[in-house]
Amino acid sequence: MIASRRVTAIAGTLLVCSMVSAALLIQAVDDLRPAAPLQEMLYISSPKLLKRLCLGYDGLLADIYWTRAVQYFGGTHSRGGGTYKLLWPLLNITTQLDPHLIAAYEFAGTFLLAKPPEGAGDPAKAIALVQYGTQNNPNDWHLFYDLAFIYYDLKDYRNSAFAFLRGSQLPDAHPFLKIMAAQMAEHGGDLNTARMMWTATYETTHDKMIRANAAAHLRVIQVDEDLTGLEPLVEKYRARTGRFPESFTEMISAGIIRSIPLDPLRHPYRLEPGGRIVVSNPDELPFLDQGLPSGYVPRPPKLSPVD
Amino acid sequence: MNSRVFHIATNTFREAVRDRVLYNLIGFALLMSAAAVLVGQVSIQIERLVVINLGLTAVSLFGIVIAIFIGIGLVSKEIDKRTLYTVLSRPVRRWEFIAGKFFGLSGTLVVNTFFMAIGVFAALAYVSHHFVSSDFGVLIALYFIVLQFIIITALALFFSSFSTPIFSAIFAFWLFVIGSFAQDLRNFSAMTHGLVRWLVTGAAYLVPNFSALNVITQVAHGEPVPLNLIVLNTIYALVYSIAVLSAAVLIFERRNLK
Repeated sequence: MIASRRVTAIAGTLLVCSMVSAALLIQAVDDLRPAAPLQEMLYISSPKLLKRLCLGYDGLLADIYWTRAVQYFGGTHSRGGGTYKLLWPLLNITTQLDPHLIAAYEFAGTFLLAKPPEGAGDPAKAIALVQYGTQNNPNDWHLFYDLAFIYYDLKDYRNSAFAFLRGSQLPDAHPFLKIMAAQMAEHGGDLNTARMMWTATYETTHDKMIRANAAAHLRVIQVDEDLTGLEPLVEKYRARTGRFPESFTEMISAGIIRSIPLDPLRHPYRLEPGGRIVVSNPDELPFLDQGLPSGYVPRPPKLSPVD
Repeated sequence: MNSRVFHIATNTFREAVRDRVLYNLIGFALLMSAAAVLVGQVSIQIERLVVINLGLTAVSLFGIVIAIFIGIGLVSKEIDKRTLYTVLSRPVRRWEFIAGKFFGLSGTLVVNTFFMAIGVFAALAYVSHHFVSSDFGVLIALYFIVLQFIIITALALFFSSFSTPIFSAIFAFWLFVIGSFAQDLRNFSAMTHGLVRWLVTGAAYLVPNFSALNVITQVAHGEPVPLNLIVLNTIYALVYSIAVLSAAVLIFERRNLK
């Protein structure tokens, strides 16, 4: 009996110690091995082969690949972005396994389209994937909206208007699609159209990353509008004093503005020599083209805060 | 069902319970609990989809493994333990023995599936906080899974009536795999000509069509399952199982047990 207890105690201790040691060792191995080559690899890249191998349980496998696609994107994005070369294969496998997984098409429409380091920058594949989605889900207006959005981003307003029109003809389609079809046909390149598009995306999506992406674009539109409004006022100051203002305080003193203008994240705009208006926290405003400080080097993208 | 078949079925059920077959429910419960808790953190927008896909796939795989590994030993174990001779020395016909074993294991799998179904719906309720009318489709998918179990039980019993457990397991598993490709076999036969076409077409209809009994992805998306599919699949599973059981009886009746 005593011998048996002793064996139990020794075996139990060995079990615990060995498992803890194994966990610690595998952590050390993980530190030694580079993570990227492992993550940038698909063991089986053929959706057809995967569909055969899963013996009819393709729904679960599609969910696994979809989760993997989201985690791959999120992981790459949090490390500063990149070319996301696995994003299309992962989304392609997901949608081939389960052609009704709408969330995957929505994700593809946004992040295959966006340029690196925010996305894969592959609009052709984004179009192909979303079109595959419309073929397999012909009654889902969201996919026509996503398709229209891709064409809009490519400044192909004609195809964009056509996709909006097709979506608007579906049962249960959002009335917004009909308006957008007309708006796109007449005023495709307007800032107002852009605001309408991103606002609709922000309000209709359930995906947090897509929502954050839309919020970031809306902030950029706001900055563009702010600069469009402020630049004539700077010019007015110069016309009055013969020089550019060094700060917004001078413009307040001159009675041209009432307070220091704030960007969409409530940070004050700054004035650079030559009357150039810039944002003070460009890292928090990805996708910005105008208003960047001189010599600014973009940091890893940051899609928060959402609101 | 006559009383002798009923008694053999009841004993088969009791034996399965004694063999701790229902312990798989613990593994299933842990899997569903973990899925329900984790799914919201790792999946975006598809929490319900994942719970339904994962739950129904697990029910199906757990049941198929049980059907094969219990089914293959139903006859051979009785021969090895020599208990079969005791049973057959009584007024029990060989076909009654096969039928009893079939109903016993099928009953075990139905009870097992019932408890796993409760697990699936509990996880679904945890993830989405409410049920919608399309969740009724999950019940239909579960019913189709039970039909799959019935066919596999019949197949395992068939192989068990003349082969060793290890070969019976291999045969039953491969028939399950080939049965999942039944539709592909039919498509393949359409591309061939002459004798090959006849052979492939024959093989396609000979193997059980498990792909027709799989509506997991469909119900996960809330798509309705047509009533005529339910009726036809039910009849198909019954007819196919009767055919396989008849073959098992034919072999077992002629088997020399000395």
